[in-house]
Amino acid sequence: MSAVFEQIFQVGFLAAIIRIATPLAFATLGEMFSERAGVLNLGIEGIMLLSAMAGFTAASLSGSLWLGVLVAVLVGALMGALHALFTVALGLSQHVCGIGVTLFSSGLAYFLYRLIFGQQSVPPSIDGFKPVPIPLLADIPVLGPAVFNQFTLVYLAIIAVPLAAFVLYRTPWGLSVRMVGENPRAADSAGVSVIATRFQAVILGGALMGLAGAFLTMAQFNAFTFGVVSGRGWVAIALVVFGRWDPWRSAGAALLFAFVDALQLRMQASGLGHIPYEAFLMLPFIFTIVAMAFMSRNAVAPSALLKPFRREER
Amino acid sequence: MFRLEARTSTPAWFNLALPLIAIAVTLVLCSGLIAVAGAGVIEAYGVMLSASLGDSYAITETLVRAAPMIFTGLAVAIAFRAKFWNIGAEGQLLAGAVASCFVGAIPMPGYLAMLLMALVGAAAGALVALVPATLRVKFKVDDVVSSLLLNSVIYYALMALIEGPWKDTFSGYPISPPIEDSANFPVLIEGTRLHLGVFVALIAAPLCWFLIARTTLGFRIRVTGENPEAARYGGINVQRVLISTALLSGALAGLAGVGEVGGVHFQVMSDISPGYGYSGIVVAMLARLNPLGVVPAALFLAAVMTGAEAMSRATGVPAFLSDVIQGTALLSMLVALLFTAYRIRRVGAQT
Repeated sequence: MSAVFEQIFQVGFLAAIIRIATPLAFATLGEMFSERAGVLNLGIEGIMLLSAMAGFTAASLSGSLWLGVLVAVLVGALMGALHALFTVALGLSQHVCGIGVTLFSSGLAYFLYRLIFGQQSVPPSIDGFKPVPIPLLADIPVLGPAVFNQFTLVYLAIIAVPLAAFVLYRTPWGLSVRMVGENPRAADSAGVSVIATRFQAVILGGALMGLAGAFLTMAQFNAFTFGVVSGRGWVAIALVVFGRWDPWRSAGAALLFAFVDALQLRMQASGLGHIPYEAFLMLPFIFTIVAMAFMSRNAVAPSALLKPFRREER
Repeated sequence: MFRLEARTSTPAWFNLALPLIAIAVTLVLCSGLIAVAGAGVIEAYGVMLSASLGDSYAITETLVRAAPMIFTGLAVAIAFRAKFWNIGAEGQLLAGAVASCFVGAIPMPGYLAMLLMALVGAAAGALVALVPATLRVKFKVDDVVSSLLLNSVIYYALMALIEGPWKDTFSGYPISPPIEDSANFPVLIEGTRLHLGVFVALIAAPLCWFLIARTTLGFRIRVTGENPEAARYGGINVQRVLISTALLSGALAGLAGVGEVGGVHFQVMSDISPGYGYSGIVVAMLARLNPLGVVPAALFLAAVMTGAEAMSRATGVPAFLSDVIQGTALLSMLVALLFTAYRIRRVGAQT
């Protein structure tokens, strides 16, 4: 057991947790904004994959990583808009549309990637983002090199959490988002456009999912593979529930998941555990399912989640 | 001015017209991608068609592909009828595959083995589907999220098996040991892969239709889905109906896995299902949740999958076009379904 504790307090281990948590934090915040406005976005898995592909392609063709990030964010926002078109404007079933968006986006990502890069035995890679140490802060022992010697996108994720909380709880737009997610009828009476607000929240959510995809192909792996997302979108869906639709708790849930994942990777590498590593990978999903049973989801979930809004229906 | 107006009933020909329109729209939209890939649209679709339905061997291959999607399509269609949102057909399929592989590896007479594989596989699928249904009935847990998350749990359990106790010690590949030769499903036509499981899938569809349309349970499932309040008022135990629906749906998805193990792969590997569980959702929606419609819908997707590989070899258009077609077909169908709920009316005649 002490060997495990020694592992935990290593700089490399802490840094790994932060790196694993970053794309999850972006994706979880994105899904949270969408769900707070009343729209479940099961398209997340596909949106992350398509953004990861688009960002990687743009960066690889142009040589500019930031252009790649921009493209990934735009593609994510565009796919968010597509999901909003179906679920908000047309009021179609959110589950089935989400699965449709995931199938469509992943199909498109595979198709375009194969078209652009062909079939290569070694997947093409790019020179990805490099860690940028923050002066002074990076010199703090242990914490410094682990947290403040990271990719710029990691800092962005660290800033994104309080920013998301601020936007959601302290701005008029955040209030509108919460209103259209809890009681669209009342929001409509108060002069808030339910349709427009939901569109904006789902598009912002898609952009954040795009950022998550960009991190995977441009900072974490520096290449696109068909399994680059491998269920991280579904994990984010779980983390939003686990984090009770709150930015802070959701980010905390992402960190907790990243901790378990990093631990699992370490144990696999050091041959410490005799437990199959898949058991660890299952944990967040089982945790979430059990947690949902205990917290009687309906009490915490946005009340209008999954419910389309049509003005003329009373 | 045009406005949407609620429809009270839909003409019967809609059932056929809507999926056909959705498929036509899909093929038109996806022809853009073929053009981008620098191939002739007619040529590409032509190769796809002839490679999937052009000769008798191609047809049997398409049927073999369609079988698992008939089962998952039926699983989703029946679940959605009761508004039990089972997104977990993928996990239920994998559970059925693993369970039937266990049984199939035990030496026993062939027919007994096949029967037990089907029973155990169906039971495993049903058991997995029972989890989200029980959580919904007892704890009001959203069935979409729980059934979706279970897919990952089952997938990792499968991976733990094939990378652990089941791992091929000789080659080191993460694959399960093969089932007994005697447990391999008999081939119906010599020289093809058309196996007994395909036949069972084709029989299952009319049976499911009969169950939904003509039996008491089917009636309860329909009423529960259409109006749970009325169902409760009419003395139907809605919770029990949901549990029964889940068991039935999970069992059907489990059988999809049984067919893949017994008739196609004869063992379990990590990619035993290229997302047949999710394709089941596409199939069920194209079929308008009608079990009889599931067969042509599954055949369409299977033809696209079989044809895409040949098209890729002949024209260089990536075979992943079939994945795009699946997603687009689902989205087009959802939009087309709007016409069942609403009609577009001209209002306020501009005189």
